[in-house]
Amino acid sequence: MMKPVITSAQAQGAKQPAIEVAHIVKRYGDFEAVKDVSFSVADGEIFGLLGPNGAGKSTLIRMMTTLVPITAGKAFVAGFDVEHDPDAVRRKIGVIPQALTSDPDLTLEENLSIYAKLYSVPKAEREKNIDQVLEAVDLTKWRGAQTKTLSGGMRRRLEIARGLVHNPHIFFLDEPTTGLDPVSRIAVWEMLDNLRKTRKLTMLITTHYMEEADKLCDRIAIVDHGKLVALGTPIELKHNVPGANVVEVHFDRETEQWQTRLEALDGVTSVQAQSAGYYRVLTTSGSRTTMQLVELAASLGETLTSLSVQNTTLDDVFVHYTGHQLRDEQVKPAVFAMPPRPGDRL
Amino acid sequence: MNRMFAIVEREMRKFFRSPTLMIMSLMMPVMQLLIMGNAFGGKIVGAHVAVVDLDHGPQAVKIREGFDSIAVNIKTFTTVEYNNEVLAREDVRTGKVDAAVIIPPQYSRRVYAQDAPRIGFVVDNSDLFTSGSLEAEMQLLVTALTTPVIQPRLANQISLEIVELYPYVNYLKFLLPACIALAMYISVMIGGGMLYIDDKARGVHEGYLVTPITKLELVFGLNMAGAIKATLSGICLTVIGSLMAGLGIIFHPWVLLQLLILILGTSIAFNGMMFLLMVRVEDPLTPRAMFGVLNLLLFYPSGAMYPIASFPWWLRAIAVIDPFTYCIHGFKSIILKDGGFVAIKFDLLFLFVFGISTLLVATPLFKRTL
Repeated sequence: MMKPVITSAQAQGAKQPAIEVAHIVKRYGDFEAVKDVSFSVADGEIFGLLGPNGAGKSTLIRMMTTLVPITAGKAFVAGFDVEHDPDAVRRKIGVIPQALTSDPDLTLEENLSIYAKLYSVPKAEREKNIDQVLEAVDLTKWRGAQTKTLSGGMRRRLEIARGLVHNPHIFFLDEPTTGLDPVSRIAVWEMLDNLRKTRKLTMLITTHYMEEADKLCDRIAIVDHGKLVALGTPIELKHNVPGANVVEVHFDRETEQWQTRLEALDGVTSVQAQSAGYYRVLTTSGSRTTMQLVELAASLGETLTSLSVQNTTLDDVFVHYTGHQLRDEQVKPAVFAMPPRPGDRL
Repeated sequence: MNRMFAIVEREMRKFFRSPTLMIMSLMMPVMQLLIMGNAFGGKIVGAHVAVVDLDHGPQAVKIREGFDSIAVNIKTFTTVEYNNEVLAREDVRTGKVDAAVIIPPQYSRRVYAQDAPRIGFVVDNSDLFTSGSLEAEMQLLVTALTTPVIQPRLANQISLEIVELYPYVNYLKFLLPACIALAMYISVMIGGGMLYIDDKARGVHEGYLVTPITKLELVFGLNMAGAIKATLSGICLTVIGSLMAGLGIIFHPWVLLQLLILILGTSIAFNGMMFLLMVRVEDPLTPRAMFGVLNLLLFYPSGAMYPIASFPWWLRAIAVIDPFTYCIHGFKSIILKDGGFVAIKFDLLFLFVFGISTLLVATPLFKRTL
């Protein structure tokens, strides 16, 4: 086994990062899925990769977890070079892929036991580890149940337990709450937060849920079209967006002047038209803009259907850095053309 | 090593937890043995043969007595009296009767005069099996009628003494080796092919690939599990099939040992072949689409149903490289002939070498990454 590599940061006396990615690139033929991405994750940190589907998050995580070969650049995990010492990396990490990979026909205990064996966990430790991880994910009483009898949220918790059964130092989670209902999602967040505290884990999470990234992550990297477009703590990222508040307003009817009128209000830094009569207004003073907006509507005899004021969210951060909304990418219109009927002329 | 056995453990637990694979891999061969073995192995009984007697002489009566004897004893056919040759022929054509015997006028006189007497036999040769059986019965009858009552002092004909080496082999027994091979093929196809690709598509392999398991451990673990499943299917069908066919081989330990080694060799050969075919496949539909084609391509040229000697050269070429050929030859040698290890040594050699070679070719093709 190779020894951990001394990175430049460590050579300068800094503590070695748990994950370090330098100018990493992934190409599939002519298509560049990941374009020159660099970042590092400190020990004990929860780091989020935020971006829409197809942004390159999963490819990034797959390169770091040795699943996909790196085209160019370097990645170090726990001090080991991913490209040259993948086995050492695999021993140090726990990975929860996007798909549910536990075997539905096996019991929870059997699934965990088989993975413990795949990680060569000694027999004496295996039982203890299984007990501990089942306890940690609150599935102890389902220990003997077949995995297929569990709900989606419980299966996701089992996946997390599976990734922890060999006591890894670094935990990679690829969209850990996708497909879960809001209640199960919150339960998973709480569980991950507890795990970080009790096991002192470093976590790298990919997600396309703004709330998830905001709630869980110490730092967030926004990825779009394979590029890292922003990196920082959620607070830092929000501060970078002009305007401290967001006013969401819905007018009874749409007129062409609304955009111009809203932009003319005091403190407004940006106006985004969402749909007919519906606008998101970024402003330095939410209260002042709200008052002016209500007065403006009253003077014009227009009716406001709804009005809300909130702080800047990661959604605004994403729009600020990428120029489009996260949900635009998620809900792409399906292109469907009816096939010609037999006998129809083309 | 432990990691390899973890893969085997997972596969076997899954196999026993969900008995569908075992049942499905045994169902078709058992049904084939039951239905084809009984449908094809039987003799023709109760066919209808029209008799048009235009002679009515003593020799014609002898023929009809022969027919009565067949109808009462072997029951291949019963006779229906006709007095019109044209009508009898037309009824054979329309399927009302299966054949017609025409005893021509002056038949008895020509027998006594030794004037080359002939009996007409009209058969529906669109059904080769029925017409063949009726022709054989008629030929026996004619031979019996021709044999002189008093044998000449010097035999003037050369006769063939046929010595059958083995007890009577009915079709059920004949079909058993093919059915065992088929059960193992289905087990490998479902357990080694379809489930392997399904697991890949479901991301189960992604779960394996992030662990420190090596490529060799993963390949050998998956193949060992596939070979164990196929061996279990082979053993099950050997026992069930032997009991169905009334063979006592399973009660002889030495024969059982030969069968077990042959089953093991076949499992390794079939599994190696399947792994090589599936090693780069990603789409779960592919093994399903290949199932029938491979079955046709491997099973029928193997000599399971028809002798390889009757094949054209290109079909013989397939038979030479087809592991089914050696597996079925081996099973026939043990089950039907009790030939011992001497009779199957080349089959065993081919099967083990084929299995290991395909695995060696497949291993470098197996991707340790996604």
